[in-house]
Amino acid sequence: MKGRSLPEGGRVALALLMATLALVVLRNLLPDPLIRLPQTLILPFADWINAVFAFARDDLGLMRVTRAFSDVVEVCLDVTANLLYGKSRWPRLGPIPWVVIAASAAVAGHALAGWRLAALAGGTFIWIAVMGQWKWAMETLSVILVAAPFSVALGLALGMLAWHSRRAERVLNPILNIAQSLPHFAYMIPVVVFIGVGPKAGAIVTIIFSVPPMIRMTLLGLRAVPAEIIESGRMSGTTRLQLMTRVRLPAARTELLIGVNQVIMQSLAMVVLASFIGMPGLGQKLLQLLQALKIGLSVEIGITIVLLAIVLDRMSKAWAVRQPSHHDEGSGWLQRHRHLAVWAGLVGLGFALVTLHPYFAVVERAQALSMAGPVDAAVGAFIDMVSPVTDWLRWFLITWVLIPLRDGFLWLPVSAVLVFLAGIGWAVGGPRSALICLAFFLPIALSGWWDRAMITVYTVFVAVTLALLIGVPLGLLGAARPGRARRFLLICDTLQTFPSFIYLIPVVMLFGVNDVAVIAAVMVFATVPIIRYTIEGLRSIPPEIVESAQMSGAGPGQILWHVKLPLAVPTLMVGANQSIMFALFMVIIAAFIGTQDLGQEMQRALSSTDVGKGLVLGFAVAFMGLMADHLLLKWARGRGT
Amino acid sequence: MQRTTRLLLGAAIVALGTSPLRADDSPDPIVIPIHNWSSQIVMSNVVGQIFQGMGNSVEYVSTDSQAVYEAVRLGDATLELEVWEGAFGASFRSALEKGGIHDVASHNAVTREDWWYPAWTKDACPGLPDWKALNDCAALFATPETGDKGRFLGGPVDWLKHDQEKVDALGLNFVVVNAGSAAALWAEIAAAEKDKTPIVLFNWTPNFAEAVWPGEFVNFPEWVEGCDKDPAVGPIPDKTYDCGNPANGYLKIAAWDGMKDKWPKAYATLQKVSFTNAQIAQMAKLVDVDGMEPEDAATAWLEANADTWKPWTE
Repeated sequence: MKGRSLPEGGRVALALLMATLALVVLRNLLPDPLIRLPQTLILPFADWINAVFAFARDDLGLMRVTRAFSDVVEVCLDVTANLLYGKSRWPRLGPIPWVVIAASAAVAGHALAGWRLAALAGGTFIWIAVMGQWKWAMETLSVILVAAPFSVALGLALGMLAWHSRRAERVLNPILNIAQSLPHFAYMIPVVVFIGVGPKAGAIVTIIFSVPPMIRMTLLGLRAVPAEIIESGRMSGTTRLQLMTRVRLPAARTELLIGVNQVIMQSLAMVVLASFIGMPGLGQKLLQLLQALKIGLSVEIGITIVLLAIVLDRMSKAWAVRQPSHHDEGSGWLQRHRHLAVWAGLVGLGFALVTLHPYFAVVERAQALSMAGPVDAAVGAFIDMVSPVTDWLRWFLITWVLIPLRDGFLWLPVSAVLVFLAGIGWAVGGPRSALICLAFFLPIALSGWWDRAMITVYTVFVAVTLALLIGVPLGLLGAARPGRARRFLLICDTLQTFPSFIYLIPVVMLFGVNDVAVIAAVMVFATVPIIRYTIEGLRSIPPEIVESAQMSGAGPGQILWHVKLPLAVPTLMVGANQSIMFALFMVIIAAFIGTQDLGQEMQRALSSTDVGKGLVLGFAVAFMGLMADHLLLKWARGRGT
Repeated sequence: MQRTTRLLLGAAIVALGTSPLRADDSPDPIVIPIHNWSSQIVMSNVVGQIFQGMGNSVEYVSTDSQAVYEAVRLGDATLELEVWEGAFGASFRSALEKGGIHDVASHNAVTREDWWYPAWTKDACPGLPDWKALNDCAALFATPETGDKGRFLGGPVDWLKHDQEKVDALGLNFVVVNAGSAAALWAEIAAAEKDKTPIVLFNWTPNFAEAVWPGEFVNFPEWVEGCDKDPAVGPIPDKTYDCGNPANGYLKIAAWDGMKDKWPKAYATLQKVSFTNAQIAQMAKLVDVDGMEPEDAATAWLEANADTWKPWTE
């Protein structure tokens, strides 16, 4: 930005930034209200929210509605729970033996995308069974199997509503924006109040969390249906309902199925967090194991979650790209239903195996294989190996970098921060962006959580800076060869689905309970999107441009610095934006290490089920994310054109 | 194997425990909440399996350990087996006032939560467990973030332990750093164990950690009633919290008021349930040290301790 001539608004921006400088330099002379807002200006947002909730719950009888809805969910949960792990509820048929489920998954995989997916799907379920995690995994799946369809249906309905009426869309859009940047814990507190705890609460929090992408994809899909298709539908004399169900929705199939895919991935992301409010299964087990420092066993569960995510992701994507197949007329039933026949055969075989040996029905924990020993040994050896370095690093970072930075952030006057943000906003997108920045940050100051918010900002700032320093070079390295790029992206995918809680324990063992540990944990998580987007940004550069640079005699270093990187900047900005979002999510979870920021208060609000406080803190985090999002995307767009 | 032992156990209990005089228990499941520490999970499974042996159906639901009192009060969960005075006394009392929940019985076990150190710390600071000796060794516990002062690693802030007040009242040369979870506390002990670094942190009994890392509580001036409220009580005349935590806090069982009528037999058994410190630590050890699953640990414990629990079902 510096090198360009300043546009019209540039002078205002410069003035605002100079004002910031003045406020900082003159800090000690400033009147107190400019340093921290006076107590009289702090608005009791939490009390207001609590009053609204109390009114909705007690006077409007919303509690009865939510309880009725949760009862419906519970009936569905009982069915899947019975079938998958034999909870004693209607229809009292289960549990289905694991061989049968593994075989079914393999057949489904083959039907959707051939042998490789069949092997992956079948193998995943065999892994789960022989590692002795069957019951936990089925507890998890029993909730996801209920939550995902509910979420898809709800998303479809709301998406159609938004498509139908502009007004609904205008209401929904900001809600979706905020909902997607609220930390997970903020959702959970109202759910505990209205639904209680247990599997149904877990299912409902999963539904709430996974519905926004489905709404967006439905809207996108319906919008994209070509007018000709609708015309031809009209000409065949369809009613409005038929037009929707027979023409529009099928035409939007691909988008809708991508929405389904997103729903499934989001549901799996909630597995561990939802166990805080009573969702049983893998997540709950993972937390218990981490509590007892059993890293190896938790890694096994982490692998299961990643495998399940990969299988479900591949399956739903294969379903999205598969076009409906049509058989030749006159082909036999068996030909048309080959997969069904094979499946029936395998299921029969499975039940036969079960009568031969109970191992094929249930693998007891005592019979389970485990690789926890070697994993624990490896983690221990790694910690021993690096601890001389980490001890020094910890001392250096804390004394020379983190404590001064943190004190600096806390020292800044509120007024300076606000004026600075307005200035940045003005520079990037004119008066509108300046106002947007203020609209996002002023409420944080007014909420009275300023100091804690600044600690969150400081943590995210340091973590994302480090993530950029590490992630961009790694991305450059990865993008150098296509094969390597694929491997790097696969690692990125895995790290992203791997439950973040597992990082926390080794990080504490390495650095102790302090900011270094927190920042290390956040950084691991924030580096992933930067690597990914660096690779994608570099790979999407048209080869002609690189060639023409080569022809004009530029060396590889020059091409990188003067051609490739500038062209990749817009994509990189999206990466940095994602990185900030990830860091904000992780910084809340890092409260389990021990922090003094918004996350710690959020944890406290969850355990005292304080809805108002939880939502205020959640909004504070969401607003930071949305502001960063606005600034970075605006800037990237400005650069791109 | 395990299934058959469980069934046999169940049959034995049914044979012993049915008495024609009492009304029958409801077939609805008794919902037992479990939390994130192992002794409570195993104990819940032990009592759950006793109930199952009596012919009841039992379900376990994992919940937050503070929010659970609200759930019990509303009947969403039926009972709570570990109400710690120090940690959950406040939540329990406020739920009691709202009604719907009551105090069923107290365990034989006493609870204690206070500053604690693993055995190797004493080698570096031989005057322990006296608190004045600890204060003289404060520099041993210094970390980069605490400067010259020692670091005391406290539990999560929402446990409300008043460590800072204690530091102020007794003039300790320590800075309180709060860990975010119990897991973070254990990870710190495990890391300190590798090179025997002195460490002083928040800990409690009964707890599996006693079995893994032997250690002692710091001896602060003895707890006297009112020491936390009245400055005059305790050795320092003008300070509150100038004392240790109570060394014999209660460990209670709480239940939903409706349980008595809905599951009268199970309730009668629950009234007799009482575990000792040693039994609770052993339950935790089966899981945390021996690596058993909580339900298997409960079955194993029941098999080994039939003399203890059989009388409760009669």
